[in-house]
Amino acid sequence: MAKVKIDKPELTEYLQIPQLQEGAMAHSSPFVAKPDHQEALNFPGELVEDWHDQAIAKMGELSRTSRSFSLFLDICVHCGSCTDKCHYFLGTSDPKNMPVARQELLRSVYRRHFTFAGKYFPNLVGAKELTRETLDEWHSYFHQCSECRRCSVFCPYGIDTAEITMAARDILDAVGYGQKYDNEILGKVMKIGNNLGLPGPALIATLEDLEEDLEDETGLPVRMPLDEKGADVLLITPSADFFAEPHIDGLMGYAKVFHQAGISWTMSSYASEGANFGMFIGNYPTMKKVAERIRTAALELGVKRVIVGECGHAWRVAYSFWNTLAGVGHGAAEDDKYAQMLQKQLDPRYPAPQHIIEFTYDLMQRNALKLDKSANDHHTVTFHDSCNVARGTGMGGIERGQFILPRAVIKNVVNNYVEMDTSTMFEETFCCGGGGGLLTDDLMELRVKGAMPRMHALKKVFDEEGVDTLAAICAICKSQFSKVLPYYDMPMDMITSVHQLVGDALVFENND
Amino acid sequence: MLTGLFAILFYAATTILVVGVAMQVIAYWRTPAPLKIPTMPAPRTQSGVVYRIGREVVLFESLFRSNKWIWIFSWMFHMALFLVLARHLRYFQESAWFWVDIVQPFGKYAGFAMLAGLAGLWGRRFLVERIRYISTPSDHLMLLLLLAIGASGMAMTQVIHTDIVALKQFATGLMVFEFNPLPADPILIIHLSLVILLMVIFPVSKLMHAPGIFFSPTRNQMDDSREKRLIAPWAAEMEK
Repeated sequence: MAKVKIDKPELTEYLQIPQLQEGAMAHSSPFVAKPDHQEALNFPGELVEDWHDQAIAKMGELSRTSRSFSLFLDICVHCGSCTDKCHYFLGTSDPKNMPVARQELLRSVYRRHFTFAGKYFPNLVGAKELTRETLDEWHSYFHQCSECRRCSVFCPYGIDTAEITMAARDILDAVGYGQKYDNEILGKVMKIGNNLGLPGPALIATLEDLEEDLEDETGLPVRMPLDEKGADVLLITPSADFFAEPHIDGLMGYAKVFHQAGISWTMSSYASEGANFGMFIGNYPTMKKVAERIRTAALELGVKRVIVGECGHAWRVAYSFWNTLAGVGHGAAEDDKYAQMLQKQLDPRYPAPQHIIEFTYDLMQRNALKLDKSANDHHTVTFHDSCNVARGTGMGGIERGQFILPRAVIKNVVNNYVEMDTSTMFEETFCCGGGGGLLTDDLMELRVKGAMPRMHALKKVFDEEGVDTLAAICAICKSQFSKVLPYYDMPMDMITSVHQLVGDALVFENND
Repeated sequence: MLTGLFAILFYAATTILVVGVAMQVIAYWRTPAPLKIPTMPAPRTQSGVVYRIGREVVLFESLFRSNKWIWIFSWMFHMALFLVLARHLRYFQESAWFWVDIVQPFGKYAGFAMLAGLAGLWGRRFLVERIRYISTPSDHLMLLLLLAIGASGMAMTQVIHTDIVALKQFATGLMVFEFNPLPADPILIIHLSLVILLMVIFPVSKLMHAPGIFFSPTRNQMDDSREKRLIAPWAAEMEK
């Protein structure tokens, strides 16, 4: 696709906190979901007549079902700690993209209806009535947050704007004012099994092609098994891995690792999607329904382990939520029949779910993989910590494992590794600019501008250290980077799957 | 008359403060956190969580990481406030606990640090564009209230002393429902009135951040989602 004309933010020598430009992004709002997208998820097809009362009722429901909702709206003191932490604020200068100001869009209405101060002294505490304009503003600015949680790292009370954004989107959906991209995709998962709407036969054909490619490359029958009952491992991966670049090379990398480790594995046509956009729209029942597809597939295929491919938010949902949503995990109560059904089947010696990085790392620790690092000598690699992995998950059962393991895996297969500015990495990593359900063309300007802080740090190592490869373990990051890199005068194909690097370094017997 | 009025106001304000905060805290306690959302990396043990919250409450760790100016002013203010409050305990005790005696000299001068911290925080609300943008009238008034309480208190400690013995008899008397005369000093009356106001608005204001932080799921949850299943009662209903 042609580059859309957008005046991208200049990359200055140091990352600067911009002067406020009020309304700079007021025009940015994603397409509204069509009635059939909405109704597929049991949301009203279009904006309901009594949207005001329904929205307030939904807020009441949220404050009863989720502590973070009312707590986070109650206790913010407007200290300003978060104001310069959001990549969208840094990239757009719009004050409403400061996390606290974004929260305030919802908080002002919450105050008016649910707090003493807001009911009786609205002007004093900035409480406002919910108007049609407010609703539009929500649709705009709650789709300028990628739920990356960077602000929550810096908040003295741990207030997480992602939770507020999710709540706001949940309210918008409840009154029939959803976002097209997210809800359309969720409809496809529910109906077909993956975000792409790739039906079973197409999936089979794709995997067969990939098997041929793998055989050409390695001279070995490296398999891409689908729906094989009795396999040990069920691999759940984002469907982008089946068709998009550079994702697909990552998928082939997983297959090579499984092959060399000699572990029987399978994918599922029913649960052919790791992504769970239910998290993006903050709707528990939707998120649960999508997660339960994995549970169902695991039960039907009788697998002992569930491994998750390279996908950031999928890993957050898997690591932090699957046990809750669908019992994919360990440690359910004895009388918890729902969770025990699957947990009894899963092998207690392995964490459930497990990340493909943890799996590969484990094999490397046991010297079970034959690797030749020099195969990647033509690359100088840096790694991007994806926001959901960094701030929403763990790896390896150790604190900070989500930073340690991917780097260890990369350094095992690559000789030239460079770290970006550490103040933009680890738990302080900047979002790619396309996460949180914003990876859509109708938000291209936001995506380009929001990528600025990450691009800033990348450009430094690109110019000064000769970095030519940006490795990531998130499907959204990969797609987003390949789109925005050219805007910052870097090649779109420098973004790479970590398991592509692993796959390229694996040495196969017949390989010469 | 004055004594009776302030006695009643103090009882009322204390009731509002205690009941108001208790009700809100119970509400937080009872509302489930349905999902595991600790800001990672998070502790993998319960003692690690206690340590994490301890660092937040005592050192303001996240704020320190974020912004040194906000940190220095707010940490200075809060720690000084703690010393000043500790020092005030002596007015409610016939004979002060030994550590209240130790705190006494520090508490007296902590008042300066408290005022300086508040002034710094207020200054930011005018001088820093981003913080000016997010400040509401109540944010300014809250700082004004605290500054006025601090300034009137400091005036009595350092400049125009009130009859502290009589005040102590008034305060200790309140504890056992005895009403001893309250000195009718204007500065003291201002100081006490503002404190009563602060107590009353505490449960319905952003000051609830003090108890609130202990309930914040991003800080008080453990990183054990794969090892232990968390399920909210309302969510468990969906599985039946």
